[in-house]
Amino acid sequence: MKSSPYEQALQKLRKGIPDKRTGQWIQVGMDSGGIAAGAERLFRFFQKECERNGRNTPVGRAGSYGYAFIDPLVEVNAGKFPPVLYGMVDQKTAVRILTEHLNEGRLIDDHVVAGRDRGRALNGPVTAILVKDTSCEDGDKTKWFQSSIKDEIGGRDPNNPVQVVRALDMGIYHEGLVVQLLPSRVTYTNVLSRDIARMVKQSILGNEVIDDLLWNQPDKQVRIVLRRCGTIDPESLDDAIAHGAYEATARAITGQSPEDVIETVKASGLRGRGGAGFPTGLKWQLTREPKSDRKFVICNADEGDPGAFMDRSVLEGDPHAVLEGLILAGYAVGASKGYFYIRAEYPLAVKRVEMAIDQARRRGLLGKNILGSGWDFDAAIRLGAGAFVCGEETALIASIEGRRGSPQPRPPYPSVEGLWGKPTCINNVETLAAVPWIVANGGEAYARHGTGQSKGTKVFAVTGKVRNPQLVEVPLGTTVREIVYGICGGVQDDLLIKGVQTGGPSGGIIPEQHLDTPVTYENLVELGSIMGSGGMLVMNENDCMVDVAAFYLKFCVDESCGKCAPCRIGGYQMLQLILKISRGRGSPEDLDQIHRICHAMRTASLCGLGQTAPNPILSSLRFFQDEYVAFIEGGTSYARKRKQALAAGKSLKEAV
Amino acid sequence: MSAVLPALQNLDPELRSGIIECIEHWKDQEGNLIMILHEIQNRHGFVPREASLLLSGETGVPLARIYEVLTFYHYFRLVAQGKHNITVCNGTACYLKGAGRLLAELESRLGIKDNQTTEDRLIHLETVRCVGCCGLSPVVVVDKKTVGKVFPTDMAGIIEGIRNREEKEEDEE
Repeated sequence: MKSSPYEQALQKLRKGIPDKRTGQWIQVGMDSGGIAAGAERLFRFFQKECERNGRNTPVGRAGSYGYAFIDPLVEVNAGKFPPVLYGMVDQKTAVRILTEHLNEGRLIDDHVVAGRDRGRALNGPVTAILVKDTSCEDGDKTKWFQSSIKDEIGGRDPNNPVQVVRALDMGIYHEGLVVQLLPSRVTYTNVLSRDIARMVKQSILGNEVIDDLLWNQPDKQVRIVLRRCGTIDPESLDDAIAHGAYEATARAITGQSPEDVIETVKASGLRGRGGAGFPTGLKWQLTREPKSDRKFVICNADEGDPGAFMDRSVLEGDPHAVLEGLILAGYAVGASKGYFYIRAEYPLAVKRVEMAIDQARRRGLLGKNILGSGWDFDAAIRLGAGAFVCGEETALIASIEGRRGSPQPRPPYPSVEGLWGKPTCINNVETLAAVPWIVANGGEAYARHGTGQSKGTKVFAVTGKVRNPQLVEVPLGTTVREIVYGICGGVQDDLLIKGVQTGGPSGGIIPEQHLDTPVTYENLVELGSIMGSGGMLVMNENDCMVDVAAFYLKFCVDESCGKCAPCRIGGYQMLQLILKISRGRGSPEDLDQIHRICHAMRTASLCGLGQTAPNPILSSLRFFQDEYVAFIEGGTSYARKRKQALAAGKSLKEAV
Repeated sequence: MSAVLPALQNLDPELRSGIIECIEHWKDQEGNLIMILHEIQNRHGFVPREASLLLSGETGVPLARIYEVLTFYHYFRLVAQGKHNITVCNGTACYLKGAGRLLAELESRLGIKDNQTTEDRLIHLETVRCVGCCGLSPVVVVDKKTVGKVFPTDMAGIIEGIRNREEKEEDEE
């Protein structure tokens, strides 16, 4: 039987690539965050030790696991457990991983991160039990439960080797004592001391699931963009291909027309993940339509929003996903060249994308006659140089052309007249990373996630005063509260939440009373914020909204390119007014004046930066006007006290 | 390219050959100016005026255009930095967690302001928008090495560390 061109191309692509790893292995999470926490040293240590002891354990690197709060992370596959992830691994723990886990097959207390792929059925004997008391930070009963369960097992079956381990993180919060049974990952919550006996008897010795304790909620996260982050070695093309990279490319360019690809993306309902949410399929079609000798696709990796690291994590964790997305975009719009526009502040991301392009070119996935299809396409990197305004499409194009990044009035849109006057399609990192999955699995599969006009999943970087700052990917329509409390464990030190800021300097604050709003493009706009690129800043009761508004506005004033007056002058004048208020010298008329300036900037600014710069101000005025009023009425003495409280990280009452 | 500008007559030959190399490498590519400037800054830590003059002469791009680009983008530096760099991240996550206090502590300990260099040209202090390590906030970057979850009380140690390393080097010499 003759195989189809797709199968032939795939076979050629996969030739000589080893299957997915089996047996023992160690993997270290080496993204910027991990490296900052010491992952590089760990990586070298494991390599050296495994070589010296004549162990054949391969030591690999992975991208971000997403759990930024417990960096550095090490994943170990050995013994009778599923792969075990260790967090906050220091030198001492690394030594223990080698001696205890690899040699003796025992897990290490206080470092294990429980898996999120929780099971519902016990199929086989339990090999280890993870326990953690999640009710509150203080009054931790984990140790007590650990020894109680141990004693109970010992009392019933003294020769049972099963180990009871204190976990570092369970991914479930405020649910009392949480227990996870390995290897099936059956998870029990709200376990009380009186449940221990039956748990040991029925589940551990009897292999029977206890239904009333079982945690059977599906995990809130759905990993599409991050599907390979933390799984593959981001510096290895073989590893990426073994995990499904470039399947979509093979499928598209051997059997689908560019129009088919555009239709698939349209059916998926994918919208630009950079912030504005323009439908991606439509954008591709608009770029495909004009006749031109050359067309371009650009990956916008100039992640300028402070407090956001989604794009960095994707580029560092799975650069081939983004590159493949760029290749597919190029195929769909008929481009001959693609550019990555990456921030120079992300040296590791630049390095890994450079490697990815190089590897792909050598494997015939870039350059002339890709995968024998007769289609030519190449990719290159251009570095950003620290200008927030270059996230704006027209400014980004100017920057790639080697000029200062001033935005141009639109139309003409880049899809008609873009880079060097040619039709150009610009997509965000996350958008492009989702494309290969969509082409491989079909648009409908993607559209099954999400809600209404906001389909699919979105990656958020949850940071600020949250207990577990991390990277999450959830279907759109998940509420902010679910993300902050359900996935990230709530507010640090169990303080009250004041609000969550989304969309960076162009977004707004979602106050506590609106946290149950499902996150969609439309809902966020209604609340005076925007989806933005995906930063979520959690603010607690002690944060001062006037101060935060001033912070964002100052950012926009610094970043204004100065081309148009509403943004250049309006922003500066508004900042003066807000600073005046925050010094306690404001008057009620100032608030009216701020509203007037906001209106002028929104309507008259040339580009998105100026048009959205008033958002944080308007949003804080809408939900937290009392804080502005307090400054105006309280005068300088209030302002001074507020400043002291802020510096001490305390509430006003505590500080004074 | 024949008339040699006075400022270029005494140009360090190493600098010159480095720049010519960059230009050669990027010559055929469209929109290369920013990439060339990146390479120059990577080699020297800043973009010297002579480099811009030479670049202008070699590529025919007016000096004003080069300076337009250099001064527009925050990343490019026009003056030499100190030998070591301390960068305070001022992204929102770090800001909320007290980047301002870190900066104030560094400023008072070093006796310089943001974006200045100590008199002995040993340490340069600057702030940056966001280094993308928000999970570890607040963050400072010391000579390209990111240090996370720091407190104002750690700043003295960081400065001490740089000074000690420097003294060691001097002793070895």
